[in-house]
Amino acid sequence: MTSELQPAALGGRIVRLAEKGRPQVRFRLDGLDCQALAGDTVLTAVLVCASAVRQSEFGREKRSGFCLMGACQDCWIWQEDGSRLRACSTLVAAGMQLRTVPPEIWP
Amino acid sequence: MTAPGVEKVVIVGAGPAGIRAAERLVQAGVRPIVIDEGIKAGGQIYRRPPPGFARSPEQLYGSEARKAVALHTVFDRMLAAGQIDYHPQSSVLTIAGSFLQALTPAGRKDFTYDRLILATGAMDRLAPVPGWQAPGVYSLGAAQIALKAQGVALGSRIVLAGSGPLLTLVAIQLLKAGAQIAAVLDTSSIRDQAAGLPGMLARPSLVLRGLPMRARLGRLYHAGVTLDRIETDERGPVGLCWRDARGRAHVTECDMVGLGWHLRAETQLAGLAGCTFDYDESWSQWLPRTDRMGRAAAGLYLAGDGLRILGADGAEVAGRLAATACLADMDLPSPHATSDLRRLGRYERFARAMARAFPWPGDIVRAVPDDTIVCRCEGVTAGQLRESVVYGGGEANRVKSLARVGMGRCQGRYCQLAAAELIAGTACIKVCDTGRLREQAPVRPLPIGLWVRDT
Repeated sequence: MTSELQPAALGGRIVRLAEKGRPQVRFRLDGLDCQALAGDTVLTAVLVCASAVRQSEFGREKRSGFCLMGACQDCWIWQEDGSRLRACSTLVAAGMQLRTVPPEIWP
Repeated sequence: MTAPGVEKVVIVGAGPAGIRAAERLVQAGVRPIVIDEGIKAGGQIYRRPPPGFARSPEQLYGSEARKAVALHTVFDRMLAAGQIDYHPQSSVLTIAGSFLQALTPAGRKDFTYDRLILATGAMDRLAPVPGWQAPGVYSLGAAQIALKAQGVALGSRIVLAGSGPLLTLVAIQLLKAGAQIAAVLDTSSIRDQAAGLPGMLARPSLVLRGLPMRARLGRLYHAGVTLDRIETDERGPVGLCWRDARGRAHVTECDMVGLGWHLRAETQLAGLAGCTFDYDESWSQWLPRTDRMGRAAAGLYLAGDGLRILGADGAEVAGRLAATACLADMDLPSPHATSDLRRLGRYERFARAMARAFPWPGDIVRAVPDDTIVCRCEGVTAGQLRESVVYGGGEANRVKSLARVGMGRCQGRYCQLAAAELIAGTACIKVCDTGRLREQAPVRPLPIGLWVRDT
């Protein structure tokens, strides 16, 4: 397991600057409860509490998105059911079960 | 429904160009199909936040608020009146003949068309900087989208580097929103910028808007810098090492780096649809060949930054022109294009001057050390690329086969132009002779299960 979930101030990468009063949305990341705000993309939601969405398949570094406009494909993240989604262009939804590493069911 | 006898027109993209093209067709009684990747129409520069956000257009778009609201209103009105057949959150993945396939929220959807208007926009143009593969390095556009559409900064201590109008603009927007910016590093020299200034006076109001922004950055801004490398730990950037115009070395501490050198046209669909391309020396990239109205081939029209990097105002004009050409080719009444053509010419003079003032750093790219990652997708280094040129020759598609530069998930969008410089430098040929990467469908990754049809 490479996940390193920490409180936002310690583990996250993103800083909220505006519109912090939106309703809260609960989701799970690597099996741990996390909170986002309604209207957050999956990328925003994850990077508020973690520093990356995935380990690079081709290098030592992790991935945390790059273009935020669906062009670079850097921000794909796993879901508990083995599917993946593009984090920058998908809005977070209550009950999402996201993973920074492939789920155990993945061969 | 479109009236019988009227041809079917598809518009790809609902940014400034796509919206104005749709508007002109609707005015002539045509009901176009509009396919767009966004959650809401507006494109990137006039991107609207998802539902639930409440900042005013003035807060989101600053001096451009009026234009943004006008475009959004035009689109929403057409949609409410049923004048367009709109498919949001949908990516066109392949085009062949008069047939295209898109990935929509409901899965695969096929469209046929008689005429196609491509308004696919542009993305950041990137040059490799040693260390840029680290998480926490983003494009300049990403920093702007994060702020505009999500109200967030992508780091707590930010360095922005590169060149072009977005560099100063994003810095100002982030500062205004309360982000901490450690430095704004421009690879273009004061001399380059002065050389571009006379041509930029084709749009004096933009110069008058840009200069005070630059002044407001004060000592954060440095021109004529050389970016040496991004120092990183496993979490991402810890500092950016750079040299100033006099050659003095600096390290600026940061946890986020935003990079970008102006824009690169998104041309994958144009290529699949059969466009011819020319390497444009002033924009330093391959651009589709069209007539002044945007006609690329029979029934194929291009508009906006996917055709010429003129920015949002130019995109609106180009969108109207492409639709006007489309109407004329369908033998439908179309308005005179003379004043729009004149306006487009002025915007183009300005844009070429901008490209001169904030040039693509081709020489710096050619000199990157061998261990610099060129392809962020698959971690291919400049050394591996140079080796493949020595082995297989200076042709981009061959280099792609041998070294996999351009083979990754972004399909060359972020490495193609840097790779072309490295190929040219290694093979001692001109960039325009390195060849343009052939596009391959699907132009975005897709879940294969959605494409396999039960038989």
